[in-house]
Amino acid sequence: MIDRSRHPELADLLERITSRFGSAVRGVTFEKDELTVMVATDDLLAMISWLKSENGFNALNDIIALDNLNDPAAGGLRFSVLYQLYRFPRPLRVRVRIDLPEGAAVPSIYSLYRSADWAEREMYDMFGITVQGHPDLRRIYLPDDFDGYPLRKDFPLAGREQ
Amino acid sequence: MSFKEVEFNMGPQHPSTHGVLHLRIAVDNEVVSRVEPFIGYLHRGMEKLYENRTYAQTTPLTDRLDYLASVTNNLAWVLAVEKLMGIEIPKRGQYIRVILSELQRIASHLAWIGFFANDIGAMSVLLYGFAKREDILEIFEEYCGARLTIHALRIGGVPHDLDEKIIGMIRSTLDTIPKRIGEIESLLTDNRIWRHRTEGVGVISGADAIDYGLTGPALRASGVPWDMRKDIPYSSYDDFEFDIPLGKNGDVFDRYVVRLAEIAQSMAIIRQALDRLPDGEIRTKVPRVLKIEPGEVFHTIESPRGELGFYVKSNGTDRPERVKVKVPSFINMHCLEKMCKGNLFADVVGILGSLDIVLGEIDK
Repeated sequence: MIDRSRHPELADLLERITSRFGSAVRGVTFEKDELTVMVATDDLLAMISWLKSENGFNALNDIIALDNLNDPAAGGLRFSVLYQLYRFPRPLRVRVRIDLPEGAAVPSIYSLYRSADWAEREMYDMFGITVQGHPDLRRIYLPDDFDGYPLRKDFPLAGREQ
Repeated sequence: MSFKEVEFNMGPQHPSTHGVLHLRIAVDNEVVSRVEPFIGYLHRGMEKLYENRTYAQTTPLTDRLDYLASVTNNLAWVLAVEKLMGIEIPKRGQYIRVILSELQRIASHLAWIGFFANDIGAMSVLLYGFAKREDILEIFEEYCGARLTIHALRIGGVPHDLDEKIIGMIRSTLDTIPKRIGEIESLLTDNRIWRHRTEGVGVISGADAIDYGLTGPALRASGVPWDMRKDIPYSSYDDFEFDIPLGKNGDVFDRYVVRLAEIAQSMAIIRQALDRLPDGEIRTKVPRVLKIEPGEVFHTIESPRGELGFYVKSNGTDRPERVKVKVPSFINMHCLEKMCKGNLFADVVGILGSLDIVLGEIDK
């Protein structure tokens, strides 16, 4: 899938991931030169801590949440969370993806990356995805008494009653 | 004699918070024990807006994130969209983008040095910095008619070519910048008060800084050579020779030194780009109604404040399914408590200033 002559390091990484995690890897995509590895929510911490400790992915760029409400291919799994990891030095990126139904919680990776603190709070604020194990899970942008989660697809752009 | 911990509120209306920021600071005997930032006063729901605008309509909206560096915001966005479309723009367009981005970096750093020195109490530097920044804004005005949120780039290229008049303006401005930097340095670098207020203040180690997600000049001041222009070059940055200025101690003084040194490097990049400006087209053909096949990309660039990135997911229509902005100030701000702990209450303003945050970007 990955052209080894163009991306030797990513090809190596993918090989190590599949040999280490085997069937725990739910799927792999490689598009636009970016590698995404899909895992179950239960395997997320093991995967990310292994990527950090054994493969040098020492920085978390961002945590990105997606609302799959209008995506028929999502199979009823309402949300996806993407963890964008980065290795420095010797720059390399990898994305770890989990899919979860509405109401499910994601484990916090705060113990692995301090930069996850505000990113997880932002995800909670905008999508209402609960983060298990976060030390201080509160809204970050919106007031504490705000009703609703604005980046969900069923939150209207205008005309919402206050 | 022992004191009880006392809490102070700084902001949301405070001249040194660079926008609308509220800090709750707990001090014990003048020494900071906790700093809790409250943000969101400027939250405009940018990411929701992006989902409901076409790709081209979003470009000017990105100007409003980091309003001191609109060109680099545009650049991060258009590069992410171009990567999603799988197109590359002509060399001349790429070089013009580099020239505008580096001019923007100089303008941003000049504005920063003014605000920052003003925070610490050296008020005249503000005017020195801003007078020179004005020259760069005039170049932008000549280029596209606007000065602050200039919408200088388009998906697929740049809107205007650089003519002889603008190139002359850029060259003559570059010639005068070193003298101005020298003046600023003579006011600050060997000033005893300045050094007392900045040296050994707000220290963060390189390893901590990476863990906390710090990027940009603040990270490089801690001695980490992390610069997206070198690490994952975009827009032909690998054609140019430049250094990455690094600090040693990771304190406020080093952040000041690194930013001033970056201005010189940016000038070197602009000169090389002007000297070697290739002939040819400045943009590629992009459909008027831009529909992008389903896909996702994450692309980051080096903005004046740090690593700025866009995650863009398309769904086959003319609007993106999801856009997530990775803004440097948001994550840099998160390090504030780590830097302030154990420092004097009076230094919080200096440390906050040294991070060079823009609230428009943090609050999205």
